[in-house]
Amino acid sequence: MTAPLLSSLDMARFVARGFLRFDGVVPAEINDQFLAEAGEADYPKPGRKMLRTYGELLANARIPEVPPGVPLASAYPQGSAVDRLLDLPLVKGAIQSLVGSAPIFDHHFLHVTFPPAYYDAAGGENVSQHTHQDSTIDPSEGFDLQIMYYPHKVTREMGGTRFIPGTHLRRVSEVALGRYQNIAGQQHMVCEAGTLLFLHNGIWHGGGVNHSERTRTMFKIRMNPSQPQVRRWDMATLPNRPAERPIFFVKTPQAETVESILMTPEPWFEQDTGRLEYVNRIKLWRHLTGDPTYDADHWMTRLENPARA
Amino acid sequence: MRQKVLVLYLANSALDAPTIAWAIYDGTGETRPMAGDNDQAPYRTGVDALKDGWRLIQAAQILPHSRGDEFDLAYLKYEFFFEKLVEIAA
Repeated sequence: MTAPLLSSLDMARFVARGFLRFDGVVPAEINDQFLAEAGEADYPKPGRKMLRTYGELLANARIPEVPPGVPLASAYPQGSAVDRLLDLPLVKGAIQSLVGSAPIFDHHFLHVTFPPAYYDAAGGENVSQHTHQDSTIDPSEGFDLQIMYYPHKVTREMGGTRFIPGTHLRRVSEVALGRYQNIAGQQHMVCEAGTLLFLHNGIWHGGGVNHSERTRTMFKIRMNPSQPQVRRWDMATLPNRPAERPIFFVKTPQAETVESILMTPEPWFEQDTGRLEYVNRIKLWRHLTGDPTYDADHWMTRLENPARA
Repeated sequence: MRQKVLVLYLANSALDAPTIAWAIYDGTGETRPMAGDNDQAPYRTGVDALKDGWRLIQAAQILPHSRGDEFDLAYLKYEFFFEKLVEIAA
């Protein structure tokens, strides 16, 4: 089956907001297989430390240890749940669109968030994870792709992954931003089983606290491109030239275009740096299209006017 | 006496600008605020926090932009720290 590539509008959404969400797209059979391969945490026992419980869960999981740098295509045993997930046409097409056809495995992790009973038994504090950006400060033009896979239904009581759309182009140092408890527009991954969240590696996120009676499981895979991330999506959907739209003085609603998506603010945008976010989105779109002259709504044309040089 | 701390991030450097992010740290131990615990800002603006008795104790500086780094964005710019001192039972 042919893998459907992302459209230009979907790519623009990823560039603008740093994520694409696909609800309930993984079949129940794969979800069940994954949960069986991941295994279940032992029951809470008084005095047993959380790290020990978590460590035993990871050790017993039938998910392979994989060194970074191997081709993603060879990272998982054939027929395993993750191998089958990565072979779904929607998943293959989205990966190919974002990081090319031969991505490199970076790392993966089985994120399990425990319910209060485990903390009552172990003596620790049941709190949410501080908001952070993964890895290190990253000044590169392109990006890595992180897939978050939710193999079972997640309710709000279970916490869910918290993420803040549009934060991915900020160059910050991991959890240096942990002070920000809440940010306008933050989203919590409350979802059906089999939901996938495709993330730009720069998106600010954190694990929500679990107040329910069952563990919450999320599996994350990070992958690097091995080829230039240029024009990998469905090029038939890419307009020949940017939509020419009036700016500021606008009388009527405008059609959805690449430009309208790139120029949509987030609720947390500061009034001045929100405009710099637009500039940085334009720069990423230039990188992905291989078109150094691309502009939206005149932001770069104004700055790069040779008559002002 | 114990200190409660409120941190508001505003949309620009004016104290009456809209709140875009926020955090609360409670030295009384009566509440345990944490990341992601509230999707609604506690105050619409910094001035609204003043009206409710919070004392402003620090405001972010407005700094010039280094040549060549004008478009690099990182942390939220307009950070305001407030406090309340709360009596606790002996």
